[in-house]
Amino acid sequence: MSSKPRIVITGLGLTAPNGNSLPEFRANLLAGKARIAEIEVRHMGKHPAGVCDFDEAKWQKRKEIRNGTRVGSISIFCAREALGSSGLDWDKVDKSRVGVYLGITEHGNVETENEIFNISQFGNDTKYWTHHHNPRTVANNPAGEVTMNMGITGPHYTIGAACAAGNAGLIQAAQMLQLGEVDLAFAGGVSESIHTFGIFAGFKNQGALGAHEDPNKASRPFDKNRNGIVISEGGAIYILERLDDALARGAPIIAEIAGWCINSDATDAVLPNPERQAECVQMALKRAGMKPQDIQIVSTHATATALGDIQECTALRAVFAGCPETKVNNTKSFIGHCMGAAGALELAGNIPSFEDNWVHPTINIDELDPECDMPGLVINHPIKVERVNAILNNSFGMLGINSALIVKKYGVA
Amino acid sequence: MTKETIKQVVLDIISDIAPDEDLSVVKPEVRLRDQLSLDSMDFLDIVMELRKKHGIEVPEADYVQLASLDSCADYLLPKFLAKASK
Repeated sequence: MSSKPRIVITGLGLTAPNGNSLPEFRANLLAGKARIAEIEVRHMGKHPAGVCDFDEAKWQKRKEIRNGTRVGSISIFCAREALGSSGLDWDKVDKSRVGVYLGITEHGNVETENEIFNISQFGNDTKYWTHHHNPRTVANNPAGEVTMNMGITGPHYTIGAACAAGNAGLIQAAQMLQLGEVDLAFAGGVSESIHTFGIFAGFKNQGALGAHEDPNKASRPFDKNRNGIVISEGGAIYILERLDDALARGAPIIAEIAGWCINSDATDAVLPNPERQAECVQMALKRAGMKPQDIQIVSTHATATALGDIQECTALRAVFAGCPETKVNNTKSFIGHCMGAAGALELAGNIPSFEDNWVHPTINIDELDPECDMPGLVINHPIKVERVNAILNNSFGMLGINSALIVKKYGVA
Repeated sequence: MTKETIKQVVLDIISDIAPDEDLSVVKPEVRLRDQLSLDSMDFLDIVMELRKKHGIEVPEADYVQLASLDSCADYLLPKFLAKASK
C-alpha cells in the first residue's frame, strides 16, 4: 500500500461493559476484571449480557434520546468522546469533508420487536405502530444519528458485516480517505443487540448461547467447558486521517493502519472455515508488508463456541507457527461478544500496548481446551513484553465473512 | 372535564415527547410550534398519545386543530365529553 496515502488513528471513543473510556477499559483488562450482568430478556428470562452504563445525556438532549435508538446513543457517545481525544478544533473543521462509517452486525431488530410487543397490547392494531419506526430502523440509523448530533454533512452509512463489522467500518474509512472522498472519518463498530430477544433465542436454539452461574465467567473462549456466546452491547469509534493531514495539524497519533483484508468462506452460514481465515490473515500481512513474526499481539475473534474457537486456533497455528514472540489474547472473555462493536472494541483494548508493552490475557480459562492450545496464548494474567509494534485484530462473522486488520505503532518502520 | 383539564392533558403529553422544553411559559393562545421546538413528528406523537392513553382519535384533516393549547381544548373537549358519556 506504499503508493497510497498512509492512514493514522488520531482519536478514539468507546463504551464497553467494563469501561466508558480507553483508560478505564484498559485498566480493567489488565486487572482481569470482567463485567457481565444478568438481564431479563423478553420471553426468555434471565441471561448473562454485557451492559454499558455510559451517560446518554452527556452528549444528547433528552428528546434526541427519546426519538433515537440505543445504538444511536452509543454511536453519538463514542463519536463525541473520540472527538474530545483528537485535539481537533471542531468549529474549524469542514463538516462536508467528514465521513461516518460504522460497522453493524444487525440493525432494526430492537425497534421492530418493541413495536410488535407494543401493538400486541392493543389487539395487534397497526394504528398504534409508531411513526418513529422507519427512521429508527433504516440501516444507516446509527451513523445518521451521529451526523445529526454533530452537524456532519459528509457521507454517512453503516457497513453490515455480521461480527466482522468493527474491522469493516475501519477498513471502509481508510479506503475512503485513500480515495480522497473525505478528509476525516469517524469509523468503527457499534451494537445494541442485548435489547433484542431474537438474537438470544437464535443463539440459544443454535446451542451457542453462553451460560454460567457466575455471569462474569459465562464468556470463556478456549476453556474446555465453554458453552457459547455472551451477547453484549457497546461501541468503539475512531477518528482516522491521512498521515499528512494529521502531521500538518499536530494531531496526537495513536497508531497507524498498516494493512487489512476482508474475504469470504463461501462454505457455510455459521461454521467458520479456517483455511479462508488463514488466507485472510496472510493477505492482511502481505498488504502491510509484514511477516507473521512482525506481529506481537494477535487479538482473536473467538466467541466461546465449541467449534468456532477451534477453527480460529487452527487458522492461527497455520500462520504463526514458529513465531515465539507473537502473543495471543481474547477480549470477549471480559466483555462478552459486542457484535458489531466487537472488532473495534477488541482492537481498542490492545492499542495501549504500543506504549505500555503489556498484553492483556484471555481470562476465565479454568481448563484449557487442548484443541485451543497455542504457544503464545496469554492465559488469565497479563504479561509484559519487550516491545509491541504491531497488532493483528481478527473479526469474523456469519455467512463466512472474515476480516483481519493490522495496526502498527506510529513511527516504527 | 374542562378546557383547562384538556390543556393539562396536552401539556403532559408534550412534556413526555419534548422533555427539554420549559412548559411553564407556554401561552395557550400562541401556536405551539411558534414557542416550542416541535416538528411534524412531534405532532404525530401527540396524536398517538391521545389515541393510546385516552382513546381519542384525531383524523389527519383535523391536525390543524392542535395548533395551540386553546385550539386543542376547543377541539378535544367535545371528544373527551363524548368519550366520558359512553
